[in-house]
Amino acid sequence: MADYILRRLGIGLVTLLGVAVMVFFIMRILPGDAAVMMSGAGAGAVSEKELAEVRSKLGLDRSLPVQFAEWAGKVAVFDLGTSLRTGKPVIEDIARRFPYTLQVVVMAMVIAVLVGVPMGVLSAAFPGSWGDQALRALSIVGLAAPSFWVGLILILALVWMFQWSAPLFWEPFWVSPWKSITQLFWPALAVGMRQLALIARMTRSIMLEVLGEDFIRTARAKGLSEWAVVMRHGLRNGLLPVVTLIGFEVSALFGGLIVTETVFSVPGLGQYVVTAILNRDYPAAQGIVLILAGIVVLGNLTVDLLYGALDPRTRVQAADK
Amino acid sequence: MSDAGAAPAVVPAGARGARWRTLARIAREQPLGAFGALVLLVMVVVAIGAPVFAPFDPTQGDAASLNSAPNARNWLGTDAFGRDNLSRLIYGARISLMVGLGASLLGVVVGAALGIVSTYRGGWVDTITQRVMDALLAFPMLLLALAMAAVLGPSLPNVIVALAVPIAPRAARIARSSVLVLKATTFIEAARATGCSDLRIIVRHILPNTFAPLLVIATAYLGLAIVQEAALDYLGAGIQEPDSSWGLMMSGSATALALTAPWIVIFPGLAICLTVLASNLLGDAIRDLLDPKLRGK
Repeated sequence: MADYILRRLGIGLVTLLGVAVMVFFIMRILPGDAAVMMSGAGAGAVSEKELAEVRSKLGLDRSLPVQFAEWAGKVAVFDLGTSLRTGKPVIEDIARRFPYTLQVVVMAMVIAVLVGVPMGVLSAAFPGSWGDQALRALSIVGLAAPSFWVGLILILALVWMFQWSAPLFWEPFWVSPWKSITQLFWPALAVGMRQLALIARMTRSIMLEVLGEDFIRTARAKGLSEWAVVMRHGLRNGLLPVVTLIGFEVSALFGGLIVTETVFSVPGLGQYVVTAILNRDYPAAQGIVLILAGIVVLGNLTVDLLYGALDPRTRVQAADK
Repeated sequence: MSDAGAAPAVVPAGARGARWRTLARIAREQPLGAFGALVLLVMVVVAIGAPVFAPFDPTQGDAASLNSAPNARNWLGTDAFGRDNLSRLIYGARISLMVGLGASLLGVVVGAALGIVSTYRGGWVDTITQRVMDALLAFPMLLLALAMAAVLGPSLPNVIVALAVPIAPRAARIARSSVLVLKATTFIEAARATGCSDLRIIVRHILPNTFAPLLVIATAYLGLAIVQEAALDYLGAGIQEPDSSWGLMMSGSATALALTAPWIVIFPGLAICLTVLASNLLGDAIRDLLDPKLRGK
């Protein structure tokens, strides 16, 4: 087991390094000159000499491998440079925005799991019922709807029904937790809709499979109540693949967030990374993309390790490898 | 692969009637999949014949009717420039379908080729390819597509490439898992023993056996690519005005106007939902038809 963990950690580290290299080079080949952007977009107004000065100040005149080595060295000590647009250290910008994004992701997942898992279990417990049919139809539609469009429609519905208006100021969680939760509920719902549908669908199909197993028949034959059969014997065994799905879906959640934060104007990382990429703000874009990808790598690693902890069978297989 | 599910593709030309009967039987078995295929077919026809079907020029605004509600003349209303929403929706179908089909095909073909060849070869080629794919997989799909679109610049072919980049490593992973299993089978060993070249083994023996899962993910990514294309347009990194695409119809002034003229954002979203729904239903049906475990249920 220890061998397996070490190997997974090693692969994770190599992946992170690969991510860093990719992030650096993708951002460097972005068309548009950062030096021109920095010196005020009025191209032509700046002389070649001034541009050269800005370039050497930013280190853009050195060779790419040297620039990469310098950047990577700083990243290792959490120095992501200064944003060309806001003029503040990128790490500060990220630290201020990260809590919002984290909260939306967590809330979206909680909504998806709390609604999706029971829906899937009920659906599998009564296959073919009208509730089951409705759920399958809903989950198929939920998978088809783009999250930013769901967000737009949600905003429309909220305004029509409750005269809701988008908050001008988004309360940080630690200042007033309840207000922050109510404010971020709608963006979280829009982002989590897809995962809700996925989780409900997956729970249903796994539960259907598990409920057909011999040990379920044994449990029924023992005279256990249907509740105990489904919840204790069925769900326990069906939950593992769902846990995996949740882990891997973190990546998809970030993807959904990027647009949905823009729709709701939530001041999170998604909105920040879009503006950074579209404005050729290298340090900011590099930093944030690296951090998001890093979170995904860590998420996948956690799922792999959790899986071993949750299911004794995989531990044996891993040891065999 | 001589089962009924895949039969239409290989039935000789003389057996026309049998082919139709097979199709009809499949449609009866998979009504939802048939519905999806039908919807996609109608969309493709409408997209190709856009100049015929669109009642107005999608780029020509009518200053006399800005943001008008759906009415007898403009069935889906007009946008902030007085352009007919129905016509823009019809022309937008061209972009969505082209990008969806283009990106999923390109991504799956390139990814599968990389996955199959590197897994078959093994060794350090495989290790390096694997690590590169792992790194690519760490980026959220839309984020990678957004960065690629920004690097390449906004144009239709570039948007297709940008969306294909995150699809490729996912296709490579699927191809890899089938090739790993195939490599250990006796019929591959037999092929090698009879002196088949690597190229022949890959093309004639491995490719046909990885085709089913690849086809299934190609349909899955068709829908996803359409959604993400709309997202790129919405963020301003994709198709640009005055072209009309479904994502573009929802962006910019449309969002600001959503409260007074909600039809502008509602219809393109519904169009996306319908297209993605159709491709998902078709994908599910294909998976059921190709999966021997599910067949006959």
